[in-house]
Amino acid sequence: MREQASTPGDALATQEGRPAVASRRGRSPRGEGPWAWLAAGSVATSLALLALLLGLLAVRGLGHFWPADVALVTLDDGRQLAGRAVKEAPLPDQEGRERLYRVGNRDLDGDIWEWVALERIQGIARPADLVVLERRRWGEFMGRLVAIESASGERLVGDAAWPALKERLAVLEDARQQIARLRQETLPPLVRRVEGGQASPEERAALASAQAQLAARQAALPGDTLVLKSVGGRSLRQPLTEVVRALQPNDMGPVEKLVSWGQGVWRFLSEGPRAANSAGGVWPAIFGTVLMVVLMSIFVMPFGVLAAVYLNEVAHQGRLIRWVRIGVRNLAGVPSIVYGVFGLGVFVYGIGGRLDTWFFEASLPSPTFGTGGLLWASLTLALLTLPVVIVATEEGLARIPASQREGALALGATRAEMLGRVVLPMTLPAMLTGVILAVARAAGEVAPLMLVGVAKLAPQVPVDGEFPYLHLERKFMHLGHHIFDSAFHGSDVQATLPLIYATALLLVVVILVLNLTAIFLRHYLRGRHGTRPTY
Amino acid sequence: MTVMQHTAHGSRALIDFSPQATSLEVRDFGLRYGDKTALSNLTLRVPRHRVTAFIGPSGCGKSTLLRALNRLHDLNETVTREGSIHLEGQDIHASSMVVAELRRRVGMVFQVPNPFPMSIYDNVAFGLRLQGHLPKRQVDDVVEWALQSAALWDEVKDRLRASAWSLSGGQQQRLVIARTLAVGPEVLLLDEPASALDPISSLKVEELIRNLKSTLTLVLVTHNMQQAARVSDYTAFLQDGELVEYGPTDTLFTNPRLARTENYITGRMA
Repeated sequence: MREQASTPGDALATQEGRPAVASRRGRSPRGEGPWAWLAAGSVATSLALLALLLGLLAVRGLGHFWPADVALVTLDDGRQLAGRAVKEAPLPDQEGRERLYRVGNRDLDGDIWEWVALERIQGIARPADLVVLERRRWGEFMGRLVAIESASGERLVGDAAWPALKERLAVLEDARQQIARLRQETLPPLVRRVEGGQASPEERAALASAQAQLAARQAALPGDTLVLKSVGGRSLRQPLTEVVRALQPNDMGPVEKLVSWGQGVWRFLSEGPRAANSAGGVWPAIFGTVLMVVLMSIFVMPFGVLAAVYLNEVAHQGRLIRWVRIGVRNLAGVPSIVYGVFGLGVFVYGIGGRLDTWFFEASLPSPTFGTGGLLWASLTLALLTLPVVIVATEEGLARIPASQREGALALGATRAEMLGRVVLPMTLPAMLTGVILAVARAAGEVAPLMLVGVAKLAPQVPVDGEFPYLHLERKFMHLGHHIFDSAFHGSDVQATLPLIYATALLLVVVILVLNLTAIFLRHYLRGRHGTRPTY
Repeated sequence: MTVMQHTAHGSRALIDFSPQATSLEVRDFGLRYGDKTALSNLTLRVPRHRVTAFIGPSGCGKSTLLRALNRLHDLNETVTREGSIHLEGQDIHASSMVVAELRRRVGMVFQVPNPFPMSIYDNVAFGLRLQGHLPKRQVDDVVEWALQSAALWDEVKDRLRASAWSLSGGQQQRLVIARTLAVGPEVLLLDEPASALDPISSLKVEELIRNLKSTLTLVLVTHNMQQAARVSDYTAFLQDGELVEYGPTDTLFTNPRLARTENYITGRMA
């Protein structure tokens, strides 16, 4: 079975004395068999699944902030409802389909959802005067604004009411921000000083004046009342201070809607949560996640690198070290909750409890470090990711060619100088690879954190203007735990679902950003030294 | 310099330089990797300010001997040795000998150029900086001097801050030689320094070796007979971990006393 005689194999086969062997190569033009297709197929499948995941999160999560039109639905019995269509499903017992509307008005109807059989719908309109109010309590209101009454008894009706509402909301927002600043930045350090008994008279005076200022501002909030009417005809008097945002979605152009969407996303990113984590933003959780991961990296780097240097460079490579190495690699596979239990027992109760009796006796029995907190959570996760960093660094060290080490030694470097000046700098990219893997693992962990420091609600971020500025003993919020909490502990998960999607997307993006930072750093370090790739 | 040839132990030949002319002296030296003998019962003297070449077939122990001269085997825990090596009359394994200091005095250049992933300047200054902080001007001067001594200055003077890895192989090898010269060694060990280079670069390195011997003692391991004949003053032929014949290069290549030497040389040179 000879192929064309021009292939090198055949040229060889014709050599004298060599047994003739027909080349079986080259049947397919580039030598690719089914393996190439299989490999390419699995890559494509993985990529498709990843794109699907991100797409789902993005559409479901980010779509929530889009001020979609509100439909005014007229039913066959003349009843009307205003809401946004969410999904459709077949009717349970008969032919036909029904549609789910999110109608809001929990305070009026007891529920924010309404199923409507499609055949009962007589007409759908989008009148421009429908308003959507985001409120601190009871969620959204959808209906019409009848009037706005000020505390002094002034009453604006009809077309004048809406511009007045927008204007007063802006005033209210300003006042709210000032109050928040007082509450979160000015007051807490003073309160803590006074409660701790360390305050000077000036500080006591400052606290009193700040408290008075707060009371005054709160009293000065606009006392307007909105007179609202649902499309079903029920009336409602709504204090303005409860309103967060007011929109007339049917009256907005695409640009206005885009601006409103951007504002919605920004509020989600920059504000704290409201209504038992079922609404509002996730800023404390973003901050907590990033801070915890950064602290974790700071803790894990030196330990992991030193351990790897010892294992690879210092220790006698005997049987004991082999077992230690196997042990370290296996630690990477221990379920994370086990680390959580360890952290709780050793860090929180053991070390934390000891610290409390030594240094914070004054505030006992309420614990300072003897309860979960940022420090213990970071340390627990550092422990969890330590094997990853050790393994990556060890592999990096092993890849440094012997010629580099000998080159340094031959110039009169001691072993420590060789390590510090040649080997470790060359291993930096590998160490960063370890950190990238550690970050990827740590940022997504929730289970151990629930034992050692994450809080359902901790709107105050652990960094502020009060000495020592970084409060390692405080509990913190975490995006992963936030998802878990709002998905399983909310009263109406269906209503929170878009926010859960948005939070999940955010968690993925945060991890991506953290990783990209490390990857760019690694790329920079590789590029700085030259063009020859050795690792 | 008095050069005497005599036969000490059976087939082993050695040249006896006067102690004043001797830089390195190897006495009854043996070395084992685990239970595998690499060198046995070696005795020879390396003359100061001359080029001495070690030749022999692969695995004969010539690189092992070279690396023993600056104690690079210390890193390998399986290595055991016997006998002694003396640098200027001082036992290099004595407890008073600091190994880092020994390696500064006995520099080494390896087969494959191994510049560090730093700039050209930092590579040359590396060994200097190990000896403590020096004023920048002084470092600048030594770097320039070392690069000039290694005949590299003209090629790199405008890009001292460029990565050493951007140089060609031949330039890298001369950079490594400059790096070694910068710490002021007395002896320079060269382990097949030109075998990874193209013929032109190879010739440049050889020329450099010839120029350096006015100030340095050079020991060269090479597989290349012509190279040994071109650059060395004395040649030692090793086989199976033993010194077979040692003498002036001219004599050894033109008129070897032993049949084993002749076979090797003619076999390789034919």
